[in-house]
Amino acid sequence: MKLAYWMYAGPAHIGTLRIASSFKNVHSIMHAPLGDDYFNVMESMLERKQDFTPVTTSIVDRNVLARGSQEKVVDNIVRKDREEHPDLIVLTPTCTSSILQEDLENFVERARLEAKGDVLLADVNHYRFNELQAADRTLHQIVKFYVEKARKKGELASEKSAKPSVNIIGMTTQGFHNQHDCSELKRLMADLEIEVNAIIPQGAYVENIKNLGRAWFNLVPYREIGLATANYLQENLGIPYVDITPMGVIETARCIRQIQAILNQQGYPIDYESYIDHQSMYVSQAVWFSRSIDCQNLTGKKAVVFGDNTHAAAMTKILVREMGIHVVLAGTYCKYDGDWFREQVEGYCDQVLISDDNGEIGDHISRLEPAAIFGTQMERHVAKRSKIPCGVIAAPIHIQNFSMGYKPFLGYEGTNQIADLVYNSFTLGMEDHLLEIFGGHDTKEVIHKGISADSDLTWTKEAKTELNKVPGFVRGKVKRNTEKFARDRSVTEITLEVMYAAKEAVGA
Amino acid sequence: MTVAQENSALDFSCETGNYHTFCPISCVAWLYQKIEDSFFLVIGTKTCGYFLQNAMGVMIFAEPRYAMAELEEGDISAQLHDYEELKRLCEQIKRDRNPSVIVWIGTCTTEIIKMDLEGLAPKLEADLGIPIVVARANGLDYAFTQGEDTVLAAMAHKCPEIARETEKQERNPIQKLINFGRQREQVEAEESAYADHPPLVLFGSLPDPVVTNLTLELKKQGIKVSGWLPAKRYTELPVIEPGYYVCGVNPFLSRTATTLMRRRQCKLIGAPFPIGPDGTRAWLTKICSVFNIEPQGLAEREAKIWENLEDYLKLVRGKSVFFMGDNLLEISLARFLIRCGMTCPEIGIPYMDKRYQKAELDFLEQTCGEMGVPLPKIVEKPDNYLQLQRIKELQPDLVITGMAHANPLEAHNISTKWSVEFTFAQIHGFTNARDILELATRPLRRNNRLGELPLMPSKW
Repeated sequence: MKLAYWMYAGPAHIGTLRIASSFKNVHSIMHAPLGDDYFNVMESMLERKQDFTPVTTSIVDRNVLARGSQEKVVDNIVRKDREEHPDLIVLTPTCTSSILQEDLENFVERARLEAKGDVLLADVNHYRFNELQAADRTLHQIVKFYVEKARKKGELASEKSAKPSVNIIGMTTQGFHNQHDCSELKRLMADLEIEVNAIIPQGAYVENIKNLGRAWFNLVPYREIGLATANYLQENLGIPYVDITPMGVIETARCIRQIQAILNQQGYPIDYESYIDHQSMYVSQAVWFSRSIDCQNLTGKKAVVFGDNTHAAAMTKILVREMGIHVVLAGTYCKYDGDWFREQVEGYCDQVLISDDNGEIGDHISRLEPAAIFGTQMERHVAKRSKIPCGVIAAPIHIQNFSMGYKPFLGYEGTNQIADLVYNSFTLGMEDHLLEIFGGHDTKEVIHKGISADSDLTWTKEAKTELNKVPGFVRGKVKRNTEKFARDRSVTEITLEVMYAAKEAVGA
Repeated sequence: MTVAQENSALDFSCETGNYHTFCPISCVAWLYQKIEDSFFLVIGTKTCGYFLQNAMGVMIFAEPRYAMAELEEGDISAQLHDYEELKRLCEQIKRDRNPSVIVWIGTCTTEIIKMDLEGLAPKLEADLGIPIVVARANGLDYAFTQGEDTVLAAMAHKCPEIARETEKQERNPIQKLINFGRQREQVEAEESAYADHPPLVLFGSLPDPVVTNLTLELKKQGIKVSGWLPAKRYTELPVIEPGYYVCGVNPFLSRTATTLMRRRQCKLIGAPFPIGPDGTRAWLTKICSVFNIEPQGLAEREAKIWENLEDYLKLVRGKSVFFMGDNLLEISLARFLIRCGMTCPEIGIPYMDKRYQKAELDFLEQTCGEMGVPLPKIVEKPDNYLQLQRIKELQPDLVITGMAHANPLEAHNISTKWSVEFTFAQIHGFTNARDILELATRPLRRNNRLGELPLMPSKW
């Protein structure tokens, strides 16, 4: 048992659902108790999805506990198959079904006999994997299933496309800025004259999987999701992959050079050097920003970085190599892949922290007192408490991180976004500091000003207590309205009754 | 379920139970704020934690007095000793927070692995010196607000049985609050303002301002509230003696009501719930009638409130509202909205206790009769998929639904209001009637303002 207040990565089934719901016309059926379908809320709220989330639950209730699911799961799969005709139904186990140890595979077998679409059981154990690992596994599982299916039917695409082409692997719903990254990568590939053969899973149909083999190579932009699939495709279809995250000027160039090397190996002579130069100098403002005096002022400033492997590692390198900032601590919550992270940030920071305990990272922050933090929403709140500016660079995230405006983190436009993020974090912090030094804002305690400075009214103790229960931001208004009400009626003492009567009268 | 319902014209049905709602463990979110000296420990898995973390939003960053006891593989396979593990965590909580009570929330997982929380608690309570309350608020058995019901039912057992006179006074924080800072003679004079009636204890967790408000409403009728379950602090739980009268303020408290009746030998006042001015008046009237008190000025009071609501009533009159059902407030809210002039084709509800909600159901039927609108169809354990088909067909003016369906419905040009907001807003009593309509009319007012904006492309 572990005392936990906060978790960075969600439970396994969330990962499976993220993959399944990223595909088009794939439906997930969770084997779970009532209330576990919180994923639907996140899709609807965080992502502002317009469509009903293709996830339903085969409810585990008291009866199921006593007698087993029996026909229930099969019926639910068959029913969904009939109602919505999905290409694939993914039966998704949860922590509850992990311990019930029902033979879900058997349900899937039986449902397959009746369903027109395909049915799969997600192979993830709640107690062994987290959200990210499960997502990586599920994507691999689905791709493998359809590659094998196509191979059996002799439908597997074997011929490469005429021109160089790529599969972009690992774009998912609820991924940090995935939507924007995806557009940016498509733009990058167009610039490099590489055709995008497929993007999976986001927006793909499962039937597209049989054509993955047409691509000359795979691009896996994020460390956490897609590597298992890329490895499988390399081993089985001989498709090489690039797994360098094109985040920051230097890493984007490295990613493009790696792509160049792979294309060259396949007998396609191409040289992207002049493209890289042009983009770095004229499209991205990041190189110029780094040389400008703005950035000079950031030299040696202390920063803490914390997030998932991809973003925390890339951010650390950007801050150090591209902006001259001093990263005192770089950390990741991807404990299962900690060695990779250590290797990536080696030499770029004073200290590495591999932990999923938010208290631990919070303690480090207050001890190190950095000038800025780059982390998740949790670090943002730690930062708020300790009055340190913070830029959010990784999930877990809130709705404000699903921005409607174009905000990629990858590619050349991504470098501009990151430069803004970093610069705004630091200058805001500095501005605040300067205000402190020169006497600060004059906006403190406005609530009491001018409302009842020379009031002829008295508040009884209990009414005062009641007033103090009103949230601060409307307290002034409530006080004003109540006093106005009292004055209008020539009441001189404000009691609880008067307060409520006033509330009823003004209807607020 | 009961004989009394046989004559009812209300149409009850039950579907598959495949609907979206919050997990009942969400009750910790409002209960830890209500009971100020408590600490809630949810004994479950990452799934539970993930839900709470996301559902509680920014509250999670406010160092809440709640935590997960996250079960690991060793706990599931009984390689670790439950008692020792819980002891370790609770000692840590005692050290860091020093609460007056630790509430263990049992989850689906503790049910399945049959962790004997009720058995472990008294032992650990003795070892630790802090009371431990066990509530099984799990998704196998309950929906959303029923979580509070399980916690309050467990707390009902912990209310002191008999108290000395002086202690009784001290144990009544509401009375203390109202009498705060007054002279003893003054207080005694006030005591005489109350009618002579047996002690009344109200149950249901409400924000403190609403508690004060309802207490004052009863005071106006000469009725004294001896205590409230739950109180602001665990140490202030009310005295409950056999023969006391109890009355619920929320429709989802049937287990608590049962516990108070059967285990504490209280008399339950079955009344409609004080939601909306009609409900508040009916609630007060029923309590008065039980104590043989002639209610004073309620008709005028209600009329006055309705008068003040007119601007909102104009917006809803003649419009239809569909409840998908997820928090058990549905019957009361529908009854109020019908009184406001709306029609209601369907009330979805997770669980329908026809006995506990009898007065409310009768009131709903009466309201429909008086307003001349058809009786709604009450669908217990609804099936969201089927409901969406019906919504598509009926095209209601307003759908009250959980957040899983709100945005997709809006994208289909169906106005929605998230049901969850009704759980957290102040909706009880005369004073707060406006807040209910403020919520219910918000989508309508928004749409009126967006008149020139194109609708979403039609998908249905």
